[in-house]
Amino acid sequence: MCLSIPARIMSINDNMAEVSAGGSIFKAGLHLIEDAKPGDYILLHAGFAIQKISEAEATETLKIIEEMNNAMKDTP
Amino acid sequence: MKYIDEYRDKEVISKLADMISRSVRKNYTFMEVCGGHTNAIHRFGIASLIPECIRLVSGPGCPVCVTGKSFIDKAIACSKLENSIIATFGDLIRVPGSASSMEKERSLGADIRIVFSALEALEIARLNPEKKIIFLGIGFETTAPGTAVTVKQAEIAGMQNFFILNAHKVMPPAMEAIIKDGVNIDGFICPGHVAAITGSAIFNFIPERYRLGCTVTGFEPVDLMQSILMLIRQNNDNAPKVEIQYNRAVTEMGNALAQKNLSEVFEPCNAYWRGFGIIPVSGLKLRMKYEKFDAENIISSVVTDDEDDPSCICGEILRGVKSPSACPLFGTLCVPENPTGACMVSNEGTCNTWFRYMING
Ligand code: SF4
Repeated sequence: MCLSIPARIMSINDNMAEVSAGGSIFKAGLHLIEDAKPGDYILLHAGFAIQKISEAEATETLKIIEEMNNAMKDTP
Repeated sequence: MKYIDEYRDKEVISKLADMISRSVRKNYTFMEVCGGHTNAIHRFGIASLIPECIRLVSGPGCPVCVTGKSFIDKAIACSKLENSIIATFGDLIRVPGSASSMEKERSLGADIRIVFSALEALEIARLNPEKKIIFLGIGFETTAPGTAVTVKQAEIAGMQNFFILNAHKVMPPAMEAIIKDGVNIDGFICPGHVAAITGSAIFNFIPERYRLGCTVTGFEPVDLMQSILMLIRQNNDNAPKVEIQYNRAVTEMGNALAQKNLSEVFEPCNAYWRGFGIIPVSGLKLRMKYEKFDAENIISSVVTDDEDDPSCICGEILRGVKSPSACPLFGTLCVPENPTGACMVSNEGTCNTWFRYMING
């Protein structure tokens, strides 16, 4: 029951959204996040969007791994 | 799928595996607190990607698993009220209570329905004004804000037939209980979705008070591998701290709106955890303003014992002391279809995860 999955907001009606994840459509309450728009990615947990997912941070994390790897390669 | 594929990328994973093997200097034991992590670690075979000197142990972060028998007994008492409907997350229905489970009661005619969200339970209440709807509220900081929103909506709508049987819990006190128990670990893989709500700062007491490292971690293989690397480095440098690996969803202060909803509806209380007993201020109870939604008020008091089947070692597993393979019932008498203990019920339960991935260790 405790899984949360990344999902994309398709449409918003009042405080409820239709979101898509892994090819399925779910309903998600938007009561717990601010300024949600269609196209945003959110974490869906037990019928609620619990947080927006930051694309910038997602890319940054992967960049850091790459940099760490390069740094380690340079040290014998 | 965005935010999944990149974090399952084989090349990135193998780079991380390489960095990990070049960084290890001793034996390390890290505890993944969250059942979602336990599941992901087995599903992606993380243990096979890292050197043997790193041991991963599971902790108490599966809400179904730590729910005591008395909660199930109370839920069954609710299901026996006249004109009642139980609305529950699916996993709970197979958890054994003292004498029965909700699944058994359902086959005997009780109206027990599986919902994916507390809002769905409220909807059932709207559609069935002549019935009492009891939602079984379990889960950690990730789940409780959704229950809080639902309770507030029930209040606004003036619902008279909607109730919560509540056993929501919070994570940090259980982690502290594990440390105080003397379980030998070198750091925590901290629950990323709890922290998405609370912020990473709730774990600060762990390095400050107990000098143990923490990384707040996502649920994909790259996330887990990177976190393991971070914990190894914290250990090697003898510099325990709280690091956020799961930056795309977690900040230091978390989700303020969710926290506000949570604290409007709930206040801290002591709570029972299977395997631990009562842990001080580890639970959430409805504030006085919302007490009328408390299902405990509509059942006569159910007194049962939370003692488990003596041969089930769920308690030690939840505290990270033993593995399922040490349990004589594992895979023989106790299987997911017919669980003896709660750890075998949920997909995030350690025994269930081990069984599904057939790990013999
Ligand atoms: S295998 Fe079953 S009986 Fe044994 S500890 Fe796990 S849940 Fe309990």
